[in-house]
Amino acid sequence: MALIITAECIACWACEPICPNAAIRVKNEVFRIDKKSCTRCEGYGDLPQCVEICPVEGAIIDDEGTAMNPPGSLTGIPPREPLPA
Amino acid sequence: MSMVQESGCRPIQPNNARIEEHPCYSEGASHRYARMHLPVAPACNMQCRYCNRKFDCSNESRPGVVSGVLNPDQAVKRAWEARQRLPHLRVIGFAGPGDPLANRERVFATCKPLRSSFPDWHLCLSTNGLCLPESVNAILDHGIQHVTITLNALDPEVGAAIYSWIFWNKKRRRGVEAAHILLEQQLAGLSALIARGVLVKINSVLIPGVNDRQIPEINRLVSEAGVFSHNIMPLISAPEHGTYYGVMGIPGPNEAQLQQVRSQCGGAAKLMTHCRQCRADAVGLLEQDRQAELNRSPVEDSRVIPIHRPTRRDPVANPPSPVVLAVASQSGERVDTHFGHAAFFRIYRVTGAQIEHLGERFVPRYCQGDDQCEDKDHTLKAVLNLLNDCQGVICARIGFVPWQELLERGIEPVNSHADRPVLEALSHTARLLQDKHAIPTPKVAAAGMKGRG
Ligand code: SF4
Ligand code: SF4
Ligand code: SF4
Repeated sequence: MALIITAECIACWACEPICPNAAIRVKNEVFRIDKKSCTRCEGYGDLPQCVEICPVEGAIIDDEGTAMNPPGSLTGIPPREPLPA
Repeated sequence: MSMVQESGCRPIQPNNARIEEHPCYSEGASHRYARMHLPVAPACNMQCRYCNRKFDCSNESRPGVVSGVLNPDQAVKRAWEARQRLPHLRVIGFAGPGDPLANRERVFATCKPLRSSFPDWHLCLSTNGLCLPESVNAILDHGIQHVTITLNALDPEVGAAIYSWIFWNKKRRRGVEAAHILLEQQLAGLSALIARGVLVKINSVLIPGVNDRQIPEINRLVSEAGVFSHNIMPLISAPEHGTYYGVMGIPGPNEAQLQQVRSQCGGAAKLMTHCRQCRADAVGLLEQDRQAELNRSPVEDSRVIPIHRPTRRDPVANPPSPVVLAVASQSGERVDTHFGHAAFFRIYRVTGAQIEHLGERFVPRYCQGDDQCEDKDHTLKAVLNLLNDCQGVICARIGFVPWQELLERGIEPVNSHADRPVLEALSHTARLLQDKHAIPTPKVAAAGMKGRG
């Protein structure tokens, strides 16, 4: 259920003050979502607030590992072609 | 241009010190008064295509780039430090690295103590404007009298090409919708500020081929609205900055393009042409950024630092005077002890290369190891009294309160030698203090004082 912050996070602090459940914990500039507190913002907005404000593609994923803001979705910069296998 | 002319024909007649002492509002002031940006505002609520918030490089000098974010306590420490070293400091700016109004609590928590400690300083803030209307009261309540709004487009179609998205009312919004909301907020905020007597400056980033034609219109509109000055800044864009414009190869304007747009701007809002596009942690006079100096840290938990300017001294004309230093070191070999944990300080006299050990001085331990030891001030006072004859105290770490009290007494707290050999720390610190006391009053500061007198 809870979302997860990845190593892509740049510690920009945007998500922390707007989480309605105070689920985002910061220790030594490392941002983490507390599993038990995160509800994915159910009942608050239509969408997870941290995902809506995060400026970094791939910094927040769901528990299946899918990027909530996939490459190319925020900056408008086309994602790099994946390297041929 | 003289300052008299400058403040002559404004639509509003604000108190002159507000203009004459602010380097960004008065070109005269830019040579005399220093400003310091305190980078307490990391978060942002939108994405401009000329900004990459991942970027953090201390050699860069462009808006939104900063090499360390401070929390309000650290920022206040930094301000105290700077006050000691920059007598001509008058302006504290909040400019990022994100948007100050997306970090309201942090910014205002910094303003409060600064205002009570330094009532003659000017506080200023730069914002994208998205949260401006609802912040106007708080801005005024916190004594902020200068606000800069970045306004790049009046046409939402153009805005849509400049902003990737905004966060608004619980959602990320894009395109024309986003640009439209942003513009409404900016204009509403702008008129509310002007109505309340705040000095407003507008920044516009010139993006060739995108908003060249918008800028003269912006100039007209904001001039009519009573804006004090308009700063047209060239887009800074290089692929290594990782911004949209950088990566997509959209270059900034050349000098001729910039001049051409500026020449089309004839409104009453004074064009500002001396802008250096300061980093969000800029310190000092506009032309000489001392941020790199300030970023080497003696203060616990902050990258903030004293501005020590090494000066070349003639050893014959100026023989080194002795410096008395206290060292918090349990072992006597290394600087291994926290100021608050020291049961005794080792006292040394350093004269040039010669180091004399004068003995130990036992002090009551004021900090019992927990972090909340700052209110034990009677014990602290006793410790400080015992160190009163020292010019510096070398320790592994030190809390904010004792650090500040030491500075107040003219004793230099030094914690940049944690775990280094005591002898090395002593000779280094002695050299530093001698150099510091040898610094002549900067000419610029002297001229500034005369101008005001
Ligand atoms: S999804 Fe909502 S509840 Fe969960 S961390 Fe993000 S903002 Fe907080
Ligand atoms: S908004 Fe995104 S990048 Fe910023 S701190 Fe939160 S997770 Fe990290
Ligand atoms: S408002 Fe400032 S910090 Fe936010 S995206 Fe724009 S330039 Fe960057």
